[in-house]
Amino acid sequence: MAITRRAAIAGGLSAPFLMTGRAGAQSPSRSETLLLVQEYGPNSLDMQGIGASQPVNGVALNCYDRLLRFKPVPIPAGGGNQVSMGELEGELAESWQIASDGMSCTFKLRDAKFHSGRPVTAKDVKWSLDRAVTIGGFATTQMNAGSLEKPEQFVVVDDKTFRVDFLRKDKLTMPNLAVTIPFVFDSELAIKNSGGDPLAKEWLKNNVAGSGAFKVESWKPGVETIYVRNDDWASGPLPKLRRIIARDIASPSTRRALIERGDADISYGLPPKDFKDLLDGGKINVVGVPIPNGVWGLYLNSQVGPFKDVRLRQAVAWVLPYDKMLQASLFGRGVDMSGGPETPKPAWPTPFAYKTNVEKAKALVAAAGGGFSTTLQFDAGNATVAEPMSVLIKEALGSIGIEVEITKVPGANFRTEIAKKTNPMTLNRFAGWLDYPDYYLFWTMHGNNSIFNIANYQNPELDKLIDAARFTTDKAAYEKFVVDFVKLVEREVPMIPIAQPTHDVAMQKSIGGYQFQPCREPDFRYLTKG
Amino acid sequence: MLSMIAARLKTTIPSVIGVIIVTFLLTRVLPGDTAAYFAGPAASNEAIAEIRGKLGLDRPLPVQFVSYVTALVRGDLGTSLTTGQPVTADLAQRLPASAELTLFGLLISMAVALPLGVLAAVRQGSWIDHLCRIVATAGVSLPVFFTGLLLVYVFYFILGWAPAPLGRLDVFFSEPPRVTGFLLIDSLIAWDLEIFRAALSQLLLPALTLAIFSLAPITRMTRASMLAVLGADFVRTARASGLSGRKVIGTYAFRNAMLPVVTTLGMVFSFLLGANVLVEKVFAWPGVGSYAVEALLASDYAPIQGFVLTMAILYVALNLMIDILYGVIDPRVRLEG
Repeated sequence: MAITRRAAIAGGLSAPFLMTGRAGAQSPSRSETLLLVQEYGPNSLDMQGIGASQPVNGVALNCYDRLLRFKPVPIPAGGGNQVSMGELEGELAESWQIASDGMSCTFKLRDAKFHSGRPVTAKDVKWSLDRAVTIGGFATTQMNAGSLEKPEQFVVVDDKTFRVDFLRKDKLTMPNLAVTIPFVFDSELAIKNSGGDPLAKEWLKNNVAGSGAFKVESWKPGVETIYVRNDDWASGPLPKLRRIIARDIASPSTRRALIERGDADISYGLPPKDFKDLLDGGKINVVGVPIPNGVWGLYLNSQVGPFKDVRLRQAVAWVLPYDKMLQASLFGRGVDMSGGPETPKPAWPTPFAYKTNVEKAKALVAAAGGGFSTTLQFDAGNATVAEPMSVLIKEALGSIGIEVEITKVPGANFRTEIAKKTNPMTLNRFAGWLDYPDYYLFWTMHGNNSIFNIANYQNPELDKLIDAARFTTDKAAYEKFVVDFVKLVEREVPMIPIAQPTHDVAMQKSIGGYQFQPCREPDFRYLTKG
Repeated sequence: MLSMIAARLKTTIPSVIGVIIVTFLLTRVLPGDTAAYFAGPAASNEAIAEIRGKLGLDRPLPVQFVSYVTALVRGDLGTSLTTGQPVTADLAQRLPASAELTLFGLLISMAVALPLGVLAAVRQGSWIDHLCRIVATAGVSLPVFFTGLLLVYVFYFILGWAPAPLGRLDVFFSEPPRVTGFLLIDSLIAWDLEIFRAALSQLLLPALTLAIFSLAPITRMTRASMLAVLGADFVRTARASGLSGRKVIGTYAFRNAMLPVVTTLGMVFSFLLGANVLVEKVFAWPGVGSYAVEALLASDYAPIQGFVLTMAILYVALNLMIDILYGVIDPRVRLEG
């Protein structure tokens, strides 16, 4: 750390965000400063790095630019904007053109500058995208999800022109360029400070080298992160806020007290009950967006244990008290996933046709050979929602002769447990960044058996439908594939969707310009105060 | 005196070695897979294996232990995965915050508990004795996080007297130049009374929470110890010699009653370091307690080991200090040592 910092100062280029004194001298007033309280902050400043936590997405979003971004569209219920994943707009790209054969895309870069003052070039874009596909871990997995797999795909045409060659026609390729992974680093600055590491992992973990709307003025891991506006930002209208203080406050009741007293401007991540109370109280704005591609689901192990029998899986789907679960655990902050139409809509998540019908469930259990005992696990980190839900599941299953024992798995151990794929029932929430049905099912029910295929579900027929949907370019054919595979999983129920949760944010009435992003981190670039 | 300290230090070495071994083993044996946790969402088994290799977790335990101890000798406690920083730097940053809070809490507690305990012993059965009992019972029966939340609710949320529970300083103040890491002292050194006031007002509620928690043992021990001493022969003799009540209680009885109280203080101090964890959570205090809990939840080994080791060394140092203090209070202890 000491050496890298000295090197950084010697480089002189990083001075703007190392010297906090200068920013202090022209310290922005309270009306231009936003105070955000959140449960925990970033553990790194590099979202591509291994082990980067969820809040690091916020750093990537606000301090770096990507080639493209999702287009904002109003939230139907009001309160701000969300994004339309199918529509893209240029961030660093001034314009882009997909080749006539549909196998590449050429981007023209706008005249943007890094925080260091260097102009952004196609070389930087290539370095950054090469890094994302080779660094390993989550960044590479996410890139691969959009068929971005090899450095050879990224071509520097000239200083301001950049091309991405496609490996195959994949409709996720373009939207995947707008998520918080393929962002663009100041490659010269990073290499200069890398200390010999070609990917500059250690230095970029502790320093921001981007061209984004905000710079990191100070970062105290586990305490607070302070952002200041980059007045030279070229990739969008200048943000209204000049300074953002993001404090990490672990206790949700303290976060709630702060927002209710008016000391904090925005509060992230409260339990659903608090959001409901704040909403009912009416003094604080609560903006809720049903999490795209997100759903609370009960996964039933289809390979090991009693739920190998599809009749038992269906029996569980017929007995769950859907509405009670939505009210008691999410306090209504979600969308019910039961009682859908016979033929599902080509969407995900979408309500299944199951609704509470004890008689039907009893008949199915009897047909499968009667009751038994089993266990249900969930992540203790999600206990506020999952615990009341589990108790209701236990009660409901008890009424059809299935004894359930509930196990609460500590957060650190949960991934290990679900990777084993031996537990009969697991309650979990999963949300995919890219809002496509095939994307969600690819992670949770496909034969590639990713860690989130908690039900351990294997069905070549389903795999064929998912893969076909993923790579088709024909809209009508796509929708048919989606309806077909949703029908299939509805019949087979390796996972029972319970509710699509709402992503809630509490803010003062004086705050405007809320922008929901699929990475679910605050986007400071559009926010206004007063 | 010096030889006593040296002898005491020698006996602590095995305990420190023991702590190093036990924490190392515990963090490995306990469930929780660091690699799976840090592989992030949508990780494949290969990705997890790759991360395990990078973290060196695929090597045999003895090899991991040797590399751990070698690094430890160099003063390197490893890197925290949750904060991304070297553990030594994290602890150095956060330890003063915890220490300031704990010591201040203990000071408040002593300022209330010692006089209360003495008075209760002197006026046994009076209203002050009953008050002492009530305070002690209330103090032990309220869990710290509950007291903390209650104080926040009453003094911050309802009355608005206390500042927002946002850590050590209001967001619009910047910390004084770091000398000791204790904001109260550093701000005085920088002669910035505004920051001193701000830091003090942030400190008051969490310190009070800790003080309420620690009132009971100190009050009860002071009372019991005073009672025992007040019934002793030398006090009766002192009284019989016509010394004033104030002199008998203040000089003769109190000094002799202090020995067990000091022992209790040492114990209470280490309890407080533990209770800190919850208080730090409620008040967003950037101390070592909340740091350790977050590391534990993430199966982040290095900070847990660093935390336990630091606490063990602190505890050893504290015991040593108490032993020395014994010698100061009662010269006979010095001779025996």
